[in-house]
Amino acid sequence: MSAIADTGIVAVPEVAAARRPTGRLMRTALGLWRTRIGLMLVGALVAIAVFGRFFAPHSPTAFVGQPNTQPANLLFGTDHIGQDVWSRFLWGGAQLLAVSAIATILGLVLGVIVGLLSAYSRNWLDDVLMRAMDVILALPQIMLALVAVTTLGATSWLIVLAVGLTTMPRVARVTRAAAQPVVERDFVAAAEALGVARWRILFGEILPNILSPLMVEASLRLTYSIAIIASLAFLGFSTDPNGANWGTMIQENQLALVSQPWGVVLPVVAITLLTIGTSLVGDGVARAAIGIDRGRAAE
Amino acid sequence: MATAPSGSPSGDLLVPAGPPVAARPRRALIPQFGGIWGFVIRRILLGLLVLFIVSIVVFAATQALGDPARAILGRQATPESLKALRDQLNLDRSVFSQYWSWLTGLLHGDAGVSYAAQIPVSDLIDERIVNSAFLVFCSAIISLPLAIAIGAYAALRRDKLFDSASSLITLLFAAMPEFVIGLWLVVIFATTVFPGTLPSITQIPPGGRPWDDMTAMILPTATLVLTVTPYVARIMRASMIDVLESDYVEMARLKGLSERTVLIRHALPNAAGPAFQVIAINLAYLAGGVIVVEYIFNYPGIGSALVDAVNNHDIPVVQALAMLIAAVYVGVNLLADIGTILVTPRLRTRL
Amino acid sequence: MSAGEAAVVVEGLRIVLRDTEIDIVDEVSFSISPGEVLGLVGESGSGKTTVGLALLGHTRRGAAIAAGSIRVGDVDILTLSNAARRSVRGRVVSYVPQDPAASLNPALRIGTQLRETLELHGFGSGSDEREARIAEVMRDVALPDDKQYLRRYPHELSGGQQQRIGLAMAFACRPRLIVLDEPTTGLDVTTQAHVLDTVRELAAAHHVAALYVSHDLAVVGTLATRTAVMYAGRIVELGSTAELFANASHPYTRRLVQAIPHLSGRRDLVGIPGRAPSPGARPSGCTFAPRCTFVLDACRAEEPRLRELAPSLWVKCIRAEEVRTTPVSRSGGFQEIAQDSIVDAVLSLDHVFAGYGPVTVVHDVNLQVAPRECLALVGESGSGKTTLARSIGGLHRDRSGLISLRGKPLADSARARTREERQAIQYVFQNPYGSLNPRKTIGQIVRQPLGVFGTAGGAEADKRVEEMLDRVSLAASYVDRYPDQLSGGERQRVAIARALVVSPAVLVCDEVTSALDVSVQAAIVELLAELQRELGLAMLFVTHNLPLVRSIAQRVAVMSAGRIVELGPVERVLHSPTDDYTQRLLADTPSLETAIA
Repeated sequence: MSAIADTGIVAVPEVAAARRPTGRLMRTALGLWRTRIGLMLVGALVAIAVFGRFFAPHSPTAFVGQPNTQPANLLFGTDHIGQDVWSRFLWGGAQLLAVSAIATILGLVLGVIVGLLSAYSRNWLDDVLMRAMDVILALPQIMLALVAVTTLGATSWLIVLAVGLTTMPRVARVTRAAAQPVVERDFVAAAEALGVARWRILFGEILPNILSPLMVEASLRLTYSIAIIASLAFLGFSTDPNGANWGTMIQENQLALVSQPWGVVLPVVAITLLTIGTSLVGDGVARAAIGIDRGRAAE
Repeated sequence: MATAPSGSPSGDLLVPAGPPVAARPRRALIPQFGGIWGFVIRRILLGLLVLFIVSIVVFAATQALGDPARAILGRQATPESLKALRDQLNLDRSVFSQYWSWLTGLLHGDAGVSYAAQIPVSDLIDERIVNSAFLVFCSAIISLPLAIAIGAYAALRRDKLFDSASSLITLLFAAMPEFVIGLWLVVIFATTVFPGTLPSITQIPPGGRPWDDMTAMILPTATLVLTVTPYVARIMRASMIDVLESDYVEMARLKGLSERTVLIRHALPNAAGPAFQVIAINLAYLAGGVIVVEYIFNYPGIGSALVDAVNNHDIPVVQALAMLIAAVYVGVNLLADIGTILVTPRLRTRL
Repeated sequence: MSAGEAAVVVEGLRIVLRDTEIDIVDEVSFSISPGEVLGLVGESGSGKTTVGLALLGHTRRGAAIAAGSIRVGDVDILTLSNAARRSVRGRVVSYVPQDPAASLNPALRIGTQLRETLELHGFGSGSDEREARIAEVMRDVALPDDKQYLRRYPHELSGGQQQRIGLAMAFACRPRLIVLDEPTTGLDVTTQAHVLDTVRELAAAHHVAALYVSHDLAVVGTLATRTAVMYAGRIVELGSTAELFANASHPYTRRLVQAIPHLSGRRDLVGIPGRAPSPGARPSGCTFAPRCTFVLDACRAEEPRLRELAPSLWVKCIRAEEVRTTPVSRSGGFQEIAQDSIVDAVLSLDHVFAGYGPVTVVHDVNLQVAPRECLALVGESGSGKTTLARSIGGLHRDRSGLISLRGKPLADSARARTREERQAIQYVFQNPYGSLNPRKTIGQIVRQPLGVFGTAGGAEADKRVEEMLDRVSLAASYVDRYPDQLSGGERQRVAIARALVVSPAVLVCDEVTSALDVSVQAAIVELLAELQRELGLAMLFVTHNLPLVRSIAQRVAVMSAGRIVELGPVERVLHSPTDDYTQRLLADTPSLETAIA
């Protein structure tokens, strides 16, 4: 019996078309109800935050009535100094979202770079970077922001910097943990044997393989950034004390809760739904990734 | 060293082993001692190093980068008043000598004098430390067992009703910032939905203690518990699932052991290591959450003291509290690491 | 099936994916007598592990037993309740898992783990009797029986010792049946030989029936008196081991035997084209039909029944009689270029040492590889062969000594070498599941070296990629696929294509077939041998599989504890080794010849 050459024509891979792996993750995630609900919530609240101002009946700083009352023409009444709660609410989300988003992106970029460098170098650089991250991690996120604000005042860039810098070590840890097994794999060694430049290996070979945990971490970090920045505003530390800001609104109207709850309830509901939304999206992506991995492992 | 064996193609039987390969030892930041005690000492030294660098960061953020005098007096301050204040607060010395005197003072228990209250910082925060510790304690004794129980049970009944339900609920609660949870509780139980059921703020007369009025403790404790428990329960569930899906647990089942024996004798000892980490995370999280919760409920602890101090630009107080919380974080993590190593034989014998 | 009272009789076993009609295994029937070892052979996806676990009444998550009976003694295990099954496990039927390290609880001492098996099944009337039995069982598996040793934790034992503890736990209650699931994977050859001897002795001494599940035919050949061959969830042949290997009656068995490397006799390896279907994708009719060279239309129409061709020989093929009597043709000569002294070596190593910090794993190695020659580097795990190979490839920097390419010394790390040097030496890795970037298409992967070395770009590069894929027998449409859509053998072909696309002078193959099934391994070795001849490559073929060397290399270097202990032409080394270590290695390596003898 002569040897029959393996022509390869016999075996057509069972999974039909060629698809981008990342697209597959997103599509699988979108198939889950929780991701869809999460996206709807986030979408709705982002829309309110960004476009709400165009629909506000009054200016956020105009006095429209007696403080803490419920006049007939205002759906949600007036706040502690007589401004329209509804208008302030429509104006109040933009700054919170913008600062949170920028801070998160800053933290993600820095954290990914640190994490990748750490995982790849496996020597003294890894030690030094991780100790530096430990130092930042030794304080709660909000604490560091408060410390900075003490002397330097609550400006937007300072809050972005503080939240971004405290997000960085957490992202770095997750990146490093995800990248370490990838660094050990032979395709990275294959690239090294070819002499591919280090940065190309980090961003071209390793990074694309840790996108799933990174996306989950990104949504988690966004959730926390929103929480911290809203908390800071709630504690009284925001850039523009008079401007409309959901966190500040809660703080201002807290004393009048008994008589006029809307000044607190509206922004609280908004923040609740926003953070739940980002959290659901993150969880959906995480589950989709686990499902795909499990399917792959069964091969 | 051994000589080349017979039949070696290199031919020369008496060639001794060549020069040792150039060693590239890992340059560790901390010298290596041996054994468990060596490990403990190394971790403690590392923790102290971290705290030292944290102190530099805290000092830099408060005194070195900005101008405390200007922060206190505001933007309209005249140069004369600024100079007078700087003299009064000893801010005209070099940054290093300021830092040094602050650090040495801290190590001796002297945290300086509060700008706002003009009394020593330690007097100001001593009682508050006790109060906060009490609040953390009350929250911890509820949240820890609850989180471990929920996480473990969800892992055991994986993908069944309890797991799906608890997974969703913990997700939702873990997402919300603590002040949102606190305010929901206040809205529901104190002001709007069921007004008057529970007090919305703690009113403690000077010289009194929080445990004198336990009903006022309910909402703050509940807030902290609801903030921390979901997060920790999720971590516990993940650790437990790791253990339950391991090969040795499946092997134990294949040996014919009952489910109960498998869990108690095989799964649980291996879950103890991760449990320590979980406890540490729990406590650390509580220490941070305390800040906002105390503010909401006007609780006289270090959290509200911190917020007041930041508002008043009261730098010595801020510095002292920051170092205190950092020390708690580092200490708790240190104990958790040591606990994990002691509980895991594989790591223990390697030392 | 066999005369005398059988210890276990399995009939019509069918296991499906839970809540579906998709079968994982079906129509599995066999019996085992007390003291007999039955081998269960199959490649990945054949369902052999599933059958093994089912004998304990256990299935993996997502699987369920749908039909059939498993009688041990008088009891059908499948009719028992969960509690009753638990009482059977360990006492009547016990299990030795594949990976000993993962199956021993790292938090408990080994004495405790041994004791609990006995306690659970109520053995002995007191702890003294149990301790005595434990000591006895430890002696059975050739481990120390003192109390101090029993206080160790699993991580304080070597792999071989851990596996023996696994055996001890399985034999402790003197069960009627033991299921062994590839228990010698990962052990070095000598330890493996000892473990196999132990199994054979214990089974005979205590009249225990044993089912030995494995993909390694040679191992099964030395241990089992009868063997069942599984393919795609069915038993395709069941008979005496010697008979099976000498005269297979089923086309698959036949091809499988042809794919096994021999220490003497034939040298060419023949692979099986295509790959085994996974559950749910199995064709109607005979499951092997798509890959069978004896196939007829009748085979595709209806699945053949398992029939008794001769006493104690069962085959699932309608052409079994013909298959049995068709002779196996020996393919032609194998060009051997025996060279005594190497002139113009393309790769030479002089006094090379390599290690990890203070630990040296390669001692004073001197080697030369001639152009157009394949030199095999054979050693067990820990011998330093992979470290040496990686040093040559520039992936291991911690070394001293001289590695030269055509007389010019090479730098330690690949990055420090010139482009020409990097291009001239290409590397193929062991693990097909790790050596391709999952996020890149096959086309991008094979193209990458062309871009790095600037050899070709654009349309020219595309053409070369397609040429290369064709050379390794992959269809051009693979260019857009992702690695996780390919089988292990196909991925290894891609890795080879990537290495050869820049026309290197030296190809370093680091255990490139160790992670593959036997039939796939044969196909890859076939391919490499052919490419090496056609392209005139020098090749360094690193492996732990000594018989495999005959099918691809002209010279072989045997490595032990970091030193080259023997070097010479393949036939000479394998037939008249001069070094003790080589002799021992040859003696301990299981092979079909000794099995059939």
